[in-house]
Amino acid sequence: MQAQLTKGNEAIVKAAVLAGCRAFYGYPITPASEITEAAALYLPQVGGVFLQAESETASINMLYGGAAAGIRCMTASSGPGISLMQEGLSYIAGAELPCVVADIMRGGPGLGNIAPEQSDYNQIVKGGGHGCYRTLVVAPGSVQEMADLTTWAFDLADEYRNPVVVLADGYTGQMMEPVRFADPIAVPPAPEWAVRGTALTRRNLVTSIFLEPDLLERHIRKLEAKYHEAERQVARAECWRTDDAEIVLVGYGIMGRVLKAVVEQARAQGIKVGLMRPITLYPFPVATLRELSRNARAFLVAELSTGQLVDDVRLALDGRRPVEFFSRVGGNVPSAEEVMAFLVHTFGASIENQEVLVHG
Amino acid sequence: MGSLTVTHERADSFFDTFERKAELQHQTHYCPGCGHGIVHKLLAQAIDELGIQDRTILISPVGCSVFAYYYFDVGNVQSAHGRAPAVATAVKRSRPESIVVSYQGDGDLAAIGTAEIVHAANRGEPITVIFVNNGIYGMTGGQMAPTTPLGRKSTTSPFGRNQWTEGFPVHVCELLNSLEAPVFIERVGLGNNKQIMNAAKVIKRAMENQVKGLGFSFVEVLSPCPTIWKFNPVEAQRFVREEMAKVFAIGNLRDRTKEAVQRPAATPPPAVEDIPRILGLVNGEAEAPPTGRPDRALNLHIKVAGFGGQGVLLLGEVLAEAGLESGYEVSWLPSYGPEMRSGTSNCHVRLSSDPIDSPLVSRPNVLLALNEPSLRKFLPALEPGGIVLYNGEAFPEDCARRDVRAMALPFSHLADEMGESKAGNIIMLGALLEATGLLEEEQVIGALRRLVKSQRWFELDLKALECGREEVRKQPFPLAEDYLWGV
Amino acid sequence: MTTNTKPDRGSVEMNSEECKGCGLCVEACPPKVLRLADRLNRYGYHPAVYAGHGCTGCGICFFVCPEPGGIKVLRRAMEPAAELAAACA
Repeated sequence: MQAQLTKGNEAIVKAAVLAGCRAFYGYPITPASEITEAAALYLPQVGGVFLQAESETASINMLYGGAAAGIRCMTASSGPGISLMQEGLSYIAGAELPCVVADIMRGGPGLGNIAPEQSDYNQIVKGGGHGCYRTLVVAPGSVQEMADLTTWAFDLADEYRNPVVVLADGYTGQMMEPVRFADPIAVPPAPEWAVRGTALTRRNLVTSIFLEPDLLERHIRKLEAKYHEAERQVARAECWRTDDAEIVLVGYGIMGRVLKAVVEQARAQGIKVGLMRPITLYPFPVATLRELSRNARAFLVAELSTGQLVDDVRLALDGRRPVEFFSRVGGNVPSAEEVMAFLVHTFGASIENQEVLVHG
Repeated sequence: MGSLTVTHERADSFFDTFERKAELQHQTHYCPGCGHGIVHKLLAQAIDELGIQDRTILISPVGCSVFAYYYFDVGNVQSAHGRAPAVATAVKRSRPESIVVSYQGDGDLAAIGTAEIVHAANRGEPITVIFVNNGIYGMTGGQMAPTTPLGRKSTTSPFGRNQWTEGFPVHVCELLNSLEAPVFIERVGLGNNKQIMNAAKVIKRAMENQVKGLGFSFVEVLSPCPTIWKFNPVEAQRFVREEMAKVFAIGNLRDRTKEAVQRPAATPPPAVEDIPRILGLVNGEAEAPPTGRPDRALNLHIKVAGFGGQGVLLLGEVLAEAGLESGYEVSWLPSYGPEMRSGTSNCHVRLSSDPIDSPLVSRPNVLLALNEPSLRKFLPALEPGGIVLYNGEAFPEDCARRDVRAMALPFSHLADEMGESKAGNIIMLGALLEATGLLEEEQVIGALRRLVKSQRWFELDLKALECGREEVRKQPFPLAEDYLWGV
Repeated sequence: MTTNTKPDRGSVEMNSEECKGCGLCVEACPPKVLRLADRLNRYGYHPAVYAGHGCTGCGICFFVCPEPGGIKVLRRAMEPAAELAAACA
C-alpha cells in the first residue's frame, strides 16, 4: 500500500484491523487515547466490536472474554491504566488466551505526567501481575514499526496463546511518519479451544484455576516451556553500524532513534560507535548482545527510566563487557547532543587511548 | 392405572460424572444444604427446558461457585473476582447467538465487582445475571459480605455489622433498578418450597428473555449458607425466609420485557478488500510515485512553536505531508497533552533525503516562531546559518542573532486583515516557501487538501499562502540560492 | 394390618450415595414420606430415604435437593378413563 503519513497510535489500530482484529475494549488515557478513538471510528465499520469500558480493569477482562470466544482483540493504555490491567493480564496468560495490549508509556510513578517515559519496562517485561507468566513484548522504534509489530503481535499471540504487548513511549505514539501498511487479511477462523456457544465447542473450558498442586505445577511448567521456546524463536533486534563498533549503544523505542543520531555524530568525530536496538524486549535478544560483545569493548545503555532495560543488558552480557548507563526521566527525552556529551565524557580517555575502562 | 414415568431427574445440562473435579465425582463440592446446588439445579432445568444447552456459555466467578464449570455441560469461562459481567459482555458481543450467564456471589458482584455489574447493566448487555446472595463470604471462611445484615457477626465484623463502621447492606436490585437499560430485575429466595418454585420460574424467565434477545436480566437469589451461618440446613432456610427476606424484599422490581425492543442487528462486515478504503488507506502505489530522491538534497530540522490555537501543529503537519509527497523522508513529532489546549505548543518536523535517525529536533535549522516566548525559547538552539521566521513587526532587540537568516513579519495581523485571524500559520508557510523555495506549490496545496477537511478553510488557506508569498516578494528575504540546508 | 389397594401417584428414587444428608427434602416433602436414615452412607452422612409409599410425585423434593442427581421423581400416568374423568371434572 502507498506510504501515508500516519500517527503512531493510529497506525496500531489500522494495522490491527488489517490483521483481522475485530474487537477493541479500552479506556482513554493520555498519551494512548488516539488508539481508543481510532478503534471507535474503525471497528464498527468493519463489523467489529468497540466498547469504551468503565475502567481498565473491565477492559482487560473484556479482552479475556473476547479472546475466550475466539476473537482477535486488543486494548490500549498507558502506565496507570496498565497497572490496573495487571490482574487481568495474569489471568489471560494463565488461561493461555491470545490478545494484544498496546502500552504507550508516560511518566510515573503515580499520576506522574503524560510526557514520554519508558518506566513501564519492568511491569511489562518482567511480568507485573502475580504468578509465573510472561508477556511477549515488542518495542516499535518508528511509526512503520507501530504497524508492523502490531501485525506480528497478533500472530505471536495466536502462536503462543499468550498476551503480547506493544510497548511504546508517548513520542512514538504521538509522532507521525510515513507508513506502508500490510494488505488486509480475512478474519482468521476461531481456534478450536474457543468457547463460542456451539455444540462443537460446548465442552470447551477457559480457566486459570488448577486446584491440585501437581496440576498447577504441570501447567506452569507448560507455560515455562512455551516461554523458553519463544526465547529460542522470537527474539529480534536491529543492529546499526555495529560491524566495527567499539562502543555499542543500546536503547529501544524513541531512544533507539535518538541513539541513531548519536551514532552519526560519534562517527563524524571518528569514534566507532554502533547501535543495538531491541525490537523484542521479552524475549530479550540475548544472543545478539553476546555476539556484539565479541568485538565491542563496552556498551552504553540509554533509557527513559532509572535502570530497567540496563538490568537485562547486564544479565545478557553477564560481565563480558562493561555496561555504562545514561537515563532521563520525568518526561524528558535527551537530545542526541546530550547523550553524545555523556559518551565522550564517559569514554573520553579510553577513546583517545583506544582502551575502555572497566568499571566495578 | 398407568405405569410410573420419570418426571424429574438430573438435567441434561449437568455432566453425568463431574470429571473436572479431582475426586468425589458424583457429588458437588458444596456443603450440605447449600443454596448454590439448588440454584444450579434451577438454572440447569431452565437451560434444558429452553433447549439452549449448546448455545449457553456460563461465566463462573470467584467464590464458592468458582467451580460451576465442574457441573454444567455447557461452554464455560472462569473469570477473575468480580469481573464476570465484563467477561460476559465481551463473550456476548463476540458471539451474539450464544446465551451468556454471569453467575456470581455477593462478594464477587456487590463488593469487588460493583463497577462491572453496574456498567454491564447500564449498557443493557443482553445477558442473564444470577446473583446468589447468602449474606456472607463462604469460600474464604465467613468474612463480612456487602449484604451481611446489620448486627450479624462475621469474622471481620466480630462485634456485629455496625452501620457506622461497616455501612448498610447493599441492595443490588434496587441499585440496578435506578438504571434505564435493564429489562428484568427480580429478587427471589430459597426460604421454602414456594419461594424455590417461584425462583425456578423467575430464573427461567431471565434466561428466556435472553433467548428472545430482550436485554439485561438480573435475578438475585437469597440463598442459605448453613455452614458459615452455623445453622443446620433447615434453620438456614428459615434464616433466608425470616431474616434475609426482611432486609432484602422479595419480588419483581422491573419487568419491561413487553416493551423491550430488539437490539438492532449488526451490519454485515465489509469485504476484506474494502477495509483499506474504510481505514482511509490508499491501495497500490501513488499515482506519480516518487522514484528515487528529489533533485535537491535536504536535511531539515524544523521547529514550529507558538501558543495553543495558532495552528502550530497543523503548520508542521503540512510541511511533513508536503515533504513526503515530494519524495523526502519525513517525521512530525508534537509536544502533546495539556499544551494542546493552553500555553505553549510546538512540534518537531524532519525532512530529509536520507532515512531519519532521530525525529527530535534539538538543534533546528529552521525555526518558525509564532510568538515571542517561543522565539526566546528556541532561537538560542538554532544552527548557525539557519532560518528563523518570527510572527512580529520586528525582532526584540535583546533577542536577535547575526549568524542566522531572520525575517519578522506580523503574520497574525496579516491574517486579521484577511478576515481570519487563525490563518497566520499558513501565511507564515507561504512566506517560508517564497523565501526558500524548499517545496513545490503543488505538493503543499496537495497536503493542505488532505489535511484541511473544510472547503472554506482550504480556500482561506490558499489565500493565506499567497498572502505570505506576496509579503516576501515585497520584502525579499536575504537567502542565497546555495543555502546549505544542512547538506 | 391394613392394605391400601390404590397405588401411589408417584415415587422417588433417592441416590443415597450422592446424598449429604442435609434434610431439606425431608423438610420440604408435603406428604412427609421422606426421612433421614439411621445408617451412614459411604461419606458418613445419614442419607435421605423414601418410606416406600405415600409419594404424590409432586417433585418438590427434586427442586430443594442441592445435588444435581440426588433425587429422581416418578409419576404415574393416568388411565384414559381417569384422564377423561379429570377432563370432565
